[in-house]
Amino acid sequence: MFKKQSLKKIQEDNKRWQELFREFTSKATERLKRFSTVSDRPIKNLYTPLDIEDVDYTRDIGFPAQYPFTRGVQTSMYRGRLWTMRMFAGLGSARDTNRRFHLLVNEGQTGLSTAFDMPTLMGYDTDSPKARGECGRCGVAIDTVKDMEILFEGLPIDRITTSMTINPPAAVIWAMYIAMAENRGINRRLIGGTIQNDMLKEFIAQKTFMCPPKPSMRLITDTIEFGTKEVPKWNPISISGYHIREAGSTAVQELAFTLADGIAYVEGGLERGLDVDSFAPRLSFFFNSHLDFFEEIAKFRAARRMWARIMEERFGAKDPRSLWLRFHTQTAGCSLTAQQPYNNIIRTALEALAAVLGGTQSLHTNSLDEVLALPTEEAATIALRTQQIIAEESGVANTIDPLGGSYFLERLTGDMEEEAFEYIKKIDDMGGMVAAIEKNYPQLEIADAAYKYQMQIDSGEKTVVGVNKYATEEAIPVEILEIEQELEEKQIQWTAEVKSSRDNKKVQESLQELGEAAQRDENLMYPILEAVKACATEQEICDVFRDVFGVYRDPGVY
Amino acid sequence: MVGKPGLDGHDRGARIIARAFRDAGFEVVYSGLHQTPEEIVQAAIQEDVDMIGLSSLAGAHMYLFPRVVELLRENGADDVVVCGGGIFPEEDVPRLKKAGIKEIFTPGTPLPEIVNWVEENVRPRS
Repeated sequence: MFKKQSLKKIQEDNKRWQELFREFTSKATERLKRFSTVSDRPIKNLYTPLDIEDVDYTRDIGFPAQYPFTRGVQTSMYRGRLWTMRMFAGLGSARDTNRRFHLLVNEGQTGLSTAFDMPTLMGYDTDSPKARGECGRCGVAIDTVKDMEILFEGLPIDRITTSMTINPPAAVIWAMYIAMAENRGINRRLIGGTIQNDMLKEFIAQKTFMCPPKPSMRLITDTIEFGTKEVPKWNPISISGYHIREAGSTAVQELAFTLADGIAYVEGGLERGLDVDSFAPRLSFFFNSHLDFFEEIAKFRAARRMWARIMEERFGAKDPRSLWLRFHTQTAGCSLTAQQPYNNIIRTALEALAAVLGGTQSLHTNSLDEVLALPTEEAATIALRTQQIIAEESGVANTIDPLGGSYFLERLTGDMEEEAFEYIKKIDDMGGMVAAIEKNYPQLEIADAAYKYQMQIDSGEKTVVGVNKYATEEAIPVEILEIEQELEEKQIQWTAEVKSSRDNKKVQESLQELGEAAQRDENLMYPILEAVKACATEQEICDVFRDVFGVYRDPGVY
Repeated sequence: MVGKPGLDGHDRGARIIARAFRDAGFEVVYSGLHQTPEEIVQAAIQEDVDMIGLSSLAGAHMYLFPRVVELLRENGADDVVVCGGGIFPEEDVPRLKKAGIKEIFTPGTPLPEIVNWVEENVRPRS
């Protein structure tokens, strides 16, 4: 991007300036012995054209909506339409969460996002002995399609899209959503949304399990195939780095492991005999936005460029939409502190700004109290307002990729891409992500990074305001959302009523049919849909999977 | 023993604690995820542990933690010290202590502080 002549001049000037800098700081020493990011990446004192002399604008940066998509996947980006403001919500019963959804939509939210409680996430009904004490505590409890109907009552699901954070039982919950929409007379071809449905990162990081990796991959490929044919506006998977980061990974590990998971899902589709361009445009991604501002923006830009290169060079995709890395972002829950909780508003604002400058397609901003409990209405509204202020007051959405061309940012983007490709190569050499997971490779890489970071906090090398620096004695009281104790009993009672009024013969037949299809090589989405329409419970369906495919247990490595 | 009761999958803290104690010279057993209180107590008795550190970040602690204490008592192992770590609303902390959880460590507690507490407060069972 620079003329040879000018680079030579800059090189000489830079050398002189660095000498001046050394001289200056030998008298007035720098604040820190070593400057580094949250992920412990060393950062230099100054970046100049010399740091990006190998960058080729056309090859590496390009234009919005053009290869390699470094600057964004849409032509007009936020000048056309702002990102989707999608607040993750779920608490107590389906009725409680429905009320919260209505509040958020009334306050200007533009997409829905559902958090389920632990039993629902793991494929257990509320009355399971495994579910004692968990009902509605970290999300909404869903046992049958009847709960799904209450959850979305009165919401315009033909006009706004719905994201559902669900993994092992994703196919079942998605089937309940499709059945609910069809009961309301909405064709499945018209509904839009996302199921997370990314089991590889569950084994790596988030740890909601049901069956072992291989049958898990089969279920996911079934949903991708079904979505491609039957629910074309749906994203059947959200390939997620969020949880990898929350588990303590570095930014590069988040980038590398997420894209390596993506490669495994594409390979799954190809092995099924699908044409890459038939399903790749519906693959979506989900990243974390942590506190290190420039490192995060570089990560998002590197992710887009890497995915475009992977899809074109490795998989020969032709449709430009197959090359697009479209992603949702959530600000980093793990960066928030229980101490001085109002500071969390500021952290979240910075992280949200990084996500926007990184070109996200949708965004959840954490509430200040999420480090203590599920958010109150007031806290969730402040978090939504944070996005609205960035969107409509700050001016950052006026131009596309405003930081593109920054010496520092472009260099970071390039370095992170290179390091992430090295990780991907290592995983390829192990035989791909499933094999790497079976060796506990990504799990232990993350555990190492998490432990190292904790040591840096304990030693004071890394600052956490209000925790290891600027700590105060008194805790600032914030209001905490309480989930009523009686909820569990009420939900158990309600599901028992649903079970007593359904056609049990039909349920048994549909489960039998599902079990047989699971043993054959058939797409399981069709029999799952029949079972949920007959009001089979989530666990009744998941127990079929557990019987046929076996149960995965945590290897418990640390 | 580091125990992870219930369906909560947040194991970053539990695994860091297990490493920190191993590095401080303790013999550590980690239960792995998704254990019922019954499974944790059974493993604790089998492994003859001196203390159990329970981790919870998904809100089910008010059932799970006291249940572990209760089961230890039923099995004649109430001299096993039980501690907890994770995310708890402030008002739950005294309730948990009343239920027999000896100490509660909340987010931001430095690792050496937890190790010191154990060295000062936990004695090998006779």
